[in-house]
Amino acid sequence: MLPELGQVALILALLVAALQAVLPLVGAHRGIDAWMRVARPAAFVQLVLVASAFAILTHAFVTQDFSLRYVATNSNSLLPMVYRFTAVWGAHEGSLLLWALILALWTGAVALFSKALPQPVVARVLGVMGIVAVGFLAFLIFTSNPFGRLLPAAVEGRDLNPLLQDPGMIIHPPMLYLGYVGFCVPFAFAIAALLDGRIDARWLRWVRPWTNVAWGFLTIGIALGSWWAYYELGWGGWWFWDPVENASFMPWLAGTALLHSQAVTEKRGSFRGWTLLLAIAAFSLSLLGTFLVRSGVLTSVHAFAADPTRGLFVLVFLGIVIGGSLLLYALRSPDDDDNSRFATASRETLLLANNLLLASACAMVLLGTLYPLLADALDLGKISVGPPYFALLFTLLMAPLVLLLPFGPLTRWQREQPSRPIAMLVPWAGLALGIGIAAFFLAPQGAWKVAAGVVGATWVLLGTLRFLWTRLKNSGSRFTPEMIGMTLAHFGLAVFLVGALLTEGLSRQRELALAPGQSVTLGAHAFRFEGVQRHVGPNYVADTGTVQVSRDGVALGTMHPEKRSYASGGQVMTEAAIAPGITRDLYVALGEPLGGGSWAVRVHVKPFVRWIWMGAVLMALGGFVTATDRRFRRREAAQ
Amino acid sequence: MRWLPLAMFAALAVLLAAGVWLSRRPDRDVLPSTLIGKPAPTFSLPVLHEPGRLVSLADLKGAPFVLNVWGSWCPTCREEHPVLTRFAETKRVRVIGLDWKDDPADAQRWLEQFGNPYWMVLTDQDGGTVIDFGVAAAPETFLVDGNGIVRWKKAGAMTDATIRDELLPALVQLERGR
Amino acid sequence: MNPVRKRRLLMVIALLLAAGAATALVAMALQRNVAYLYTPSEVLKGEAGGHARFRLGGMVRAGSFKRAQGSMEAHFAVDDGDAVLPVVYTGILPDLFREKQAVIATGRMNGGVFVADEVLAKHDETYMPKEVADKMGAAHMKHGVPATIDMPAQAQ
Repeated sequence: MLPELGQVALILALLVAALQAVLPLVGAHRGIDAWMRVARPAAFVQLVLVASAFAILTHAFVTQDFSLRYVATNSNSLLPMVYRFTAVWGAHEGSLLLWALILALWTGAVALFSKALPQPVVARVLGVMGIVAVGFLAFLIFTSNPFGRLLPAAVEGRDLNPLLQDPGMIIHPPMLYLGYVGFCVPFAFAIAALLDGRIDARWLRWVRPWTNVAWGFLTIGIALGSWWAYYELGWGGWWFWDPVENASFMPWLAGTALLHSQAVTEKRGSFRGWTLLLAIAAFSLSLLGTFLVRSGVLTSVHAFAADPTRGLFVLVFLGIVIGGSLLLYALRSPDDDDNSRFATASRETLLLANNLLLASACAMVLLGTLYPLLADALDLGKISVGPPYFALLFTLLMAPLVLLLPFGPLTRWQREQPSRPIAMLVPWAGLALGIGIAAFFLAPQGAWKVAAGVVGATWVLLGTLRFLWTRLKNSGSRFTPEMIGMTLAHFGLAVFLVGALLTEGLSRQRELALAPGQSVTLGAHAFRFEGVQRHVGPNYVADTGTVQVSRDGVALGTMHPEKRSYASGGQVMTEAAIAPGITRDLYVALGEPLGGGSWAVRVHVKPFVRWIWMGAVLMALGGFVTATDRRFRRREAAQ
Repeated sequence: MRWLPLAMFAALAVLLAAGVWLSRRPDRDVLPSTLIGKPAPTFSLPVLHEPGRLVSLADLKGAPFVLNVWGSWCPTCREEHPVLTRFAETKRVRVIGLDWKDDPADAQRWLEQFGNPYWMVLTDQDGGTVIDFGVAAAPETFLVDGNGIVRWKKAGAMTDATIRDELLPALVQLERGR
Repeated sequence: MNPVRKRRLLMVIALLLAAGAATALVAMALQRNVAYLYTPSEVLKGEAGGHARFRLGGMVRAGSFKRAQGSMEAHFAVDDGDAVLPVVYTGILPDLFREKQAVIATGRMNGGVFVADEVLAKHDETYMPKEVADKMGAAHMKHGVPATIDMPAQAQ
């Protein structure tokens, strides 16, 4: 009974979303106030309906209602309670419902916090979000119904993929979707602005906080995905340039460019074209990512069940939304204001370079991700693009960005005397270089990467501190949230650089056969394998190994890597043992039994790997702090 | 310049459409051409209801039979069950069940609960035989003639239409000797 | 030429140079990092000749897996229904690696043996019983890539 209500709720939500889309947009165009007023209530009703459907599906999982096909294929009577919640978004239909829910949440948030906005703007923004909602709800109802019945009910569920029975699963998809879907808001604002014809500082003040918050969530979502892959997949890697990882990274790159471009447009009125285009691009890339993951067009460990019918549906939807917005852009984007000309040496130029570098990185990742598809379509063979392609080109593009970053905040708008910021930063550049050279000679291995990481991070850190100092000297301690946010985010980048480059340069690993009592050393750390024992978990049987770790002879503790065999289906999973630390992680994973009590074992020492995610968190925090700036909430004087 | 993004997207859309086209699964009703007309893979499997007794492909030769791959964990098998039962009751041909990766107790309980349409149920616990048959997912159904040659296959749930339009004509053809 | 025009011209030239350099760089990076997939029969027919490092796809042949006790060196054979190729790999194999399962090994030919430095086993996200066979896993698969693959195992 309830699931049928869930289905009804979705259908009603679709109808309401259609109303939310059509009436306000036409109303804004024709100036019909009553129609424009439909937007907010429609948004709230849609939220209630989608949330109800989601709650009903969750209830079905919690009560283990195997009469629902989706529950039967993704759950099992042995599944622990917490994973019954996360199983809701464990596969295609449920995760799509999560998408729709989060879209409804953002729409509701916009409806709630938009009191300061003129009616036509609200109407247009909510109207565009309504169009997107219509697409997703239609997709759900017609091709991916999570409430389909299985009659008679299955005796036992097929179980949630053990890879997904993990705390990371609880938070990574929701956080990622909050970001992904959140870019719908700046997108809607951009479309509204194109329809309206006006892009001014006011518009920017409305859209910037939403953009920053969505970006923050996406940053956290991606970082969580990386962290989860690190400890769950058993290989010690933290980024694989996997197509689905790339699918979330591309909107992030576009979003980062967007943030910066919006700042320029707000303060100087220039870059309007860029700002609009980037807003369209960021969300378009989110949609593209959704398509890539669900259509079977690309192979990836993350991809949901391949289904060309679904792929076609999403593609058509993409065509309408993205094609439509780009058409609108081509027809109505404003030419840049003549008053906003800037000299070659100016902050605008630096931020333009920022935009270009990030956009190029995004394009490069897109090319690498789609290249196998292109080759297949042109019958050039079945190929895969290896991570070094991405790593090399990304590094080449980010190096100039890191180099230019400290100059940004110190360079004046419109016209600057290059010698001024250069003079301010040269001593610090020297210091960073010096420290880097020291690091180069001190590094036990991977000298170039270590040096690059140290130089880059120190340079960004010192440059940002120099900005803080300048600001302190000149304006007392008046720091706007925007400046604090920027500072935090740039610090975050420095921390991230340390993590990424030092881990890549300094990590050691060994993979070998160990008999009980045997040890392996990595640098100063020694790992002594003591054998394996069986034990039973809630829905699995595990072989648990014991490894004693010491450093320079001093005992550090014991680690217990596991090899689990899940009851339903018998899938084998590696649970690596990780000893986390600020300066290094120790990582031990079991391979296979090799007979005679000996096992294949892999051990890693990964210096500074946590800094990767710490840096990302700082960046996200910077984004959130920026969004709190009062001037974004200033009520407009009567217009 | 302003038309550039739209043009690039159009090119991208074409590529993605090509991708969707390429990735369409071969129509599941069409056999991988390699197994039709070829001998069924040999096997020797235990009988569900008579543990200890093994039945091989050779034992089944002499008359055609339908081999249906199923499992108690398989929701779609539940859907085709009534269709299969109705067909088995016509006693047109032996319908042999191949229980895939199932706990025998679960399988027996499933059959007790929903009814046993099979002339015999063989169990393939490690899945080797099922793979030899090239099965992608349960349920899948094969028609094997009296000489052990595979003549027809259906991936996915059997329906009355499939039986009427495909299985029975194939059966008639092989009974006529060609 | 007036200064505005001059600046425009310089920008266009700079842009073209950058674009040219970028294209060359991207092409080179792609070229160096693209790995083709071949089946054993294609390899034996010599179709993999042009590429030193490539990916070998097929099924792990039943009964072919051998590993000396206590050793990390694994020997197995990859079968595509038409031909078989022996493979050697030193390292931990992925959890889903199993005989009669689809596998993709990346590496080079050495003599008549494929020396793998990376092995991926198939992983189905819809999570059906392990041996679910795709077009790839079927006994008489001709060629093709599995719908989804596990994370790679990398040899030392």
